[in-house]
Amino acid sequence: MARRENPEINAGSMADIAFLLLIFFLVTTTMNVDSGVSKKLSEKPPADYVPPIIKEKNIFVVLINRNNDLLVEEQPMDVKDLKEAAIKFIDNGGGIGTPGTDGTPGTPCDYCKGERSESSSDHPNKAIISVQSDRGTEYGTYIQVQNELLRAYSFLRNRLSNERYGISFDELEESYKDDRNNEDLKKKVEDIKKAYPQIISDAEPTS
Amino acid sequence: MSKFRKKKKGMPAVNTAALPDIVFMLLFFFMVTTTMRETTLKIDNPVLPTATEIKKLEHKSLVCTIYVGKSKDTGRDGEGYNKIQLNDKISTADQVPAFIIGAREKVSEAEVPFMTTSIKADKQSNVGTITDIRLKLRDVNALKISYSASPGAGN
Repeated sequence: MARRENPEINAGSMADIAFLLLIFFLVTTTMNVDSGVSKKLSEKPPADYVPPIIKEKNIFVVLINRNNDLLVEEQPMDVKDLKEAAIKFIDNGGGIGTPGTDGTPGTPCDYCKGERSESSSDHPNKAIISVQSDRGTEYGTYIQVQNELLRAYSFLRNRLSNERYGISFDELEESYKDDRNNEDLKKKVEDIKKAYPQIISDAEPTS
Repeated sequence: MSKFRKKKKGMPAVNTAALPDIVFMLLFFFMVTTTMRETTLKIDNPVLPTATEIKKLEHKSLVCTIYVGKSKDTGRDGEGYNKIQLNDKISTADQVPAFIIGAREKVSEAEVPFMTTSIKADKQSNVGTITDIRLKLRDVNALKISYSASPGAGN
């Protein structure tokens, strides 16, 4: 019996299948982007540096002990309440702010919605949050606390940005990132950042 | 009968001419999308804390990573979640400045101020270790740091 050549299978649609797979992977996989809580360290102070005297009421002390418990302004607190407490402290606006670098006198906070209590912070640009942790504190708790404090700031920034420019600060920053040369956006971002500067200080841990 | 016999063919061979194309395509796909891990981890893959206020790290070439976590070889390096890995070996906080200076040599001088140090630490590590690293980073003026965290509710 004569052997016959086998007819070839039509492989024309193979490319379609391959493209389908490609698109499926493109849609479903997420690129592993490195992300994290960013922080800027303060520069190393010179040896003869004398820390400025800061009024007690302008410091918001958060202590974390080695059992991961929080002590906020000498009151035990749960992590979930920290954001509210921080907002209350930063947004208090009980006095006048720091004088400008060009010698202009400090002004009272006209955008704060806090209680304006005498015993809490004077102005958002004077309000310092001090996080003091133990060497034995768990890193996860520490990041949680940092995150809550940052959430407090972003809440306030978003609120102010919505009031002034009708757009949230996150969106404002996002659009500035896409358009670096836009002076108008830059001014807006700087303005909000100046209104609520993030002043979170990490004290040396106790051992 | 010959008419019937004609239909009796064996399995036709599958044309595999397009197979290399597909394989190459997959290869390119994975080459483009995956990031190569430059260092082999000497510690267990750290369980990152979750956070909501996270920022993406831009410019991969300007990021140097410090891992903190539990050693894979506890017999040699000891127990605990506070082992620091620089490049591809377990080190101490004292070696951090040398590591940073080594990383700086690889980038142009103009870009040095934009370098970021990413600390990938396990949830269960201690703040003391992180503080040690932070103090060393401050000594060499590597002030931009990022605490690596995974996005989440931050419970």
